[in-house]
Amino acid sequence: MGLPPYATLGQRAWYYGFRVICALIFIFLITPILVVMPLSFNSQDFFTFTPEMLSFDPEGYSLKHYRDFFTNNEWQRSLKNSVIIAPIATIISVSLGTLAAIGLSQSHVPFKGTIMAILISPMIVPLIISATGMFFFYSSLGNWMENSLGLDKNFVGYIKVVLAHAVLGIPFVIITVTATLVGFDQSLTRAAANMGADPVTTFFRIQMPLILPGVISGGLFAFITSFDEVVVVLFVGSASQKTLPWQMFTGLREQISPTILAVATILVAISIALLTVVELLRRRSERLRGMSPT
Amino acid sequence: MSAENGSDGFVTFESVQKSYDGETLVVKDLNLSIARGEFLTMLGPSGSGKTTCLMMLAGFETATHGDIRLGGVSINNIPPHKRGIGMVFQNYALFPHMTVAENLSFPLEVRKLDKSEREQKVMRALDMVQMGEFGGRRPAQLSGGQQQRIALARALVFEPELVLMDEPLGALDKQLREHMQFEITKLAHDLGITTVYVTHDQTEALTMSDRVAVFNDGVIQQLAPPDELYEQPTSSFVAQFIGENNALHGEVQSIDGDVAVIKLNSGDLIDAKPVNVSNVGDKTMVSIRPERVEFNMSRLAEGSHTLKAEVLEFVYMGDTFRTRLRVADNDDFIVKTRNAPDQVRLKPGSTVDIGWMPSDCRALDA
Repeated sequence: MGLPPYATLGQRAWYYGFRVICALIFIFLITPILVVMPLSFNSQDFFTFTPEMLSFDPEGYSLKHYRDFFTNNEWQRSLKNSVIIAPIATIISVSLGTLAAIGLSQSHVPFKGTIMAILISPMIVPLIISATGMFFFYSSLGNWMENSLGLDKNFVGYIKVVLAHAVLGIPFVIITVTATLVGFDQSLTRAAANMGADPVTTFFRIQMPLILPGVISGGLFAFITSFDEVVVVLFVGSASQKTLPWQMFTGLREQISPTILAVATILVAISIALLTVVELLRRRSERLRGMSPT
Repeated sequence: MSAENGSDGFVTFESVQKSYDGETLVVKDLNLSIARGEFLTMLGPSGSGKTTCLMMLAGFETATHGDIRLGGVSINNIPPHKRGIGMVFQNYALFPHMTVAENLSFPLEVRKLDKSEREQKVMRALDMVQMGEFGGRRPAQLSGGQQQRIALARALVFEPELVLMDEPLGALDKQLREHMQFEITKLAHDLGITTVYVTHDQTEALTMSDRVAVFNDGVIQQLAPPDELYEQPTSSFVAQFIGENNALHGEVQSIDGDVAVIKLNSGDLIDAKPVNVSNVGDKTMVSIRPERVEFNMSRLAEGSHTLKAEVLEFVYMGDTFRTRLRVADNDDFIVKTRNAPDQVRLKPGSTVDIGWMPSDCRALDA
């Protein structure tokens, strides 16, 4: 879409001005993340660019902070916790969120708007408020599980954090799956029923494959939410459930170590990889969507 | 009207009613019996209840009242997936994430047929609709007409005894539609399956069906074979809805057996066959098909009533001529004549005498 030959001076100015504004917004969004990345390769234990780094002296760069991350017990334990908690919370979010979205897409369900609003609320309510509420709710729940069910204190701690994170992830899944269901042709489930497939077969063979892109992107959001989450885990978890963001938070307060920057860089890389997957899935779904005649 | 094959019908509707909101009936007391192997079309304007009837038969809607039987067994409480009825959907409803062969294989998989048997049946069904080479394609890679064939093959592949079709040709262009009408009818008869076909296209209904049920306002207005429906409509709705119709309004002046004399509102007298008028003085709408109007008075019976008509418009249509006349105050009286070598081309502005056989002119309800 180039500039047409009959463009006025104002149109020309806007044509270039628009591009400049876009570039500025882009820089504004991405600079803070980009600055962190080279700093994580700092050979000194500082948070600033050293003169060696600025003169591109190889001596100024090092992978020592990455080594610290992969060898330090504190960091490894928190990584392990994050890797345990995030996937389980994601699986719960995806299962419940998908079912909720499908239920809410049925025309005969009453009070759809209200139910939807309640389910989405964890995304809208300020996190600190959710976290405070969750603190009281999950401490009673935890006490009950420890005393009445006789579960291990540590295990209960994981259950509490996983459930709390699942609640935070569910709204993302509901929103993405609902969006996919809008384009889902309900006559396909009728056709499947007509051909003799029971509702469960119809769900797994027909509906699920077609809404899968929505389910997966919702799942990725839920995963990233749990993987990045620091407030709720501080309130609900105990020291043995310390996750990666919690450790980074502690690291910032107690010992300002560039290891945090190394971890941040790794997390950014993971996020980029995950979002690339989402985009590829979205394209695939659009290709499939274009197929169904309406 | 279902008396002749009442209890032995393959599909029967017995006093079926359907209401969506609990107040207005979309289907009012439907009684219908469909014989095994019959091709029955439900025809009607939109909102007439025909699609609702089809959906109740498929099991996607439940009847508010009454009984639907399939092969003598009540299916009211059988869920759709246990009814074993094939269906072609209006938008085809092909599964976009599966290839054509996988689409066809799906009903066989849920019936737990083994692989070799499935492949064999899929191939046979694809060959049946001349789509043998397209098994590996996805629905999006096919044209509308091809998708339509696949939807048809998929509805037939598990060999159901009853197939439902919900306006399956609506999305195709005219030429393809005419071709598919012929193919569907042929397939249905060759395979001996019972077909219930829903359409609002009367040409489709007339060319394809053994019998047509004309729906209006939740009631079957007439259930008859196509020729009977066209030539002997029993109500003014059917006469107006099926084919082109010339309507003249008047009242009955005398009835003598098969011939009634109708005094039109313009004062003219005409001969007609009394269909659902029985008393002198009844208001009536007489219906004459455009191709049954006669210019040649020598072909009419002695003493027939004729009318003066003024020619308003003459349209040349190739195989036929279409002439618009003013007859008894009706400006929209159409006459169709075949383009034969001896046929007169009427000049607009001229006046002619027209008449008809009393049996072609039906005095119906007003």
